[in-house]
Amino acid sequence: MSSDDTNQNKPVIGVLALQGCVTPHQPHIEAAGGIYKAVKTAAQTSAVDGLILPGGESTTMLKLIDRFGLEDIIREVCQTRPVWGICAGAILMAEIVTNPSQKSFACIPMEIIRNGYGSQIDSKYEQIQNYPVSFIRAPIIECILDGHEDDVKIPAMIDDKAVWVEYKDFMATTFHPELTLDFPSPMHQSFIGKVVARIGEKTLAA
Amino acid sequence: MSAANTINIKTGLAEMLKGGVIMDVVTAEQAKVAEDAGAVAVMALERVPSDIRKDGGVARMSPPDLIQEIIDVSSIPVMAKCRIGHFAEAQLLQALNVDYIDESEVLTPADEEHHIAKNDFKVPFVCGATNLAEALRRIGEGAALIRTKGEPGTGNVVEAVRHLRQMNKEIRAVVHSDETELMAMAKVMGAPYELLKLVREHGRLPVPNFAAGGIATPADAALCMQLGAESVFVGSGIFKSDNPEKFAKAIVKATAHFDDPAIVLEATKELEGVAMRGTEISEIEEPMLMANRGW
Repeated sequence: MSSDDTNQNKPVIGVLALQGCVTPHQPHIEAAGGIYKAVKTAAQTSAVDGLILPGGESTTMLKLIDRFGLEDIIREVCQTRPVWGICAGAILMAEIVTNPSQKSFACIPMEIIRNGYGSQIDSKYEQIQNYPVSFIRAPIIECILDGHEDDVKIPAMIDDKAVWVEYKDFMATTFHPELTLDFPSPMHQSFIGKVVARIGEKTLAA
Repeated sequence: MSAANTINIKTGLAEMLKGGVIMDVVTAEQAKVAEDAGAVAVMALERVPSDIRKDGGVARMSPPDLIQEIIDVSSIPVMAKCRIGHFAEAQLLQALNVDYIDESEVLTPADEEHHIAKNDFKVPFVCGATNLAEALRRIGEGAALIRTKGEPGTGNVVEAVRHLRQMNKEIRAVVHSDETELMAMAKVMGAPYELLKLVREHGRLPVPNFAAGGIATPADAALCMQLGAESVFVGSGIFKSDNPEKFAKAIVKATAHFDDPAIVLEATKELEGVAMRGTEISEIEEPMLMANRGW
């Protein structure tokens, strides 16, 4: 079997690469059975099976998405494919953003507070599902919006706050599993599982 | 505090700043302009490097009130500079809760023999370097991010390019060395052996490597990024141009798409103003060559 044949059944996981923590995802995605693609343009973004909105600065990312005209394609991907937002990316996916308030793709019915834990000095490590992860100037998921308590899953909480949520085919984590050097992280496995399941549904429907 | 097998949390923040522009600002208003333009972080300063050159005298850590004002208006990370070796200034910056400390040659050095023992701090440090060994010495002391020194305040990118190319050349030599050569290299270069081993294994610095010093145009940013820098610091280049808002936006745009000349061209056309005038390096008197400060 040539490597092209091997790759044919693998899901393509795009990481939005306008700014932020992009390349550390590659070994995780590959170890979890996906193909890693850093995406910067609308054409590249539309070619993925699942999209990661990575860590970085959410204000910068929003401005770049706007300036490079990527808002429509990201909205479309959100409607049709699994999307995972990490830290800044989680902020982009929350329905309500505070400290300060800013616009978002509003995929997940939750309220999120930017830099909720404070400045860099308050950054820390935590264990989630026996896997060490980093919280870096992390946002806090303040609450799940009323009426959605049952349809938003919370795989992990710290100090009574959700730090990992799943809703439909969306996933958000306020921490960074990609900075851990044991590949793949359980979060990457879980996300790629969603992408594979979604591709399976599409194939069946076709 | 550290967890086994994760990237150091101090370096983690630098990972989040990749592909971005960190801008020098001297007022809260400038910090807003920088954030609105899409900066990933701001460097809070009393004077930009080109004014430090012009004014002469001793350049010290900025007044705490000024730094606090900039922290108060910023939602992006705020960095601030202390003098090389001045660990007491660094302690103050840590107490102020800045997100990153730059132990910087732009300020007048406080210690000609020692840099700060940066591992002792909770706040991460960025340090300048002109070559691989210098970068590894700073990382050995605890720096979580390296930037080229360049020649700040000149609007002349030549020194930043020299430092990036030097680093690339030396990394290639280390990667191609065999194990017995590595200790000899450590001796000749004056670089920590364990860190050289990491460079050999991964083919890059163990922490992110950004460019700084003399970047004045979108094309300068694209040049540094293509030479391997992972983000750029722009000091005098923005607020000493005649249209800071446009320059800030254009350099952000060019940095995100540094490998797409059509977009860098577009960014350049959007400047609507001229870059800072700039200085030829040979016109600078030796004591004011900032890249020579520190070791």
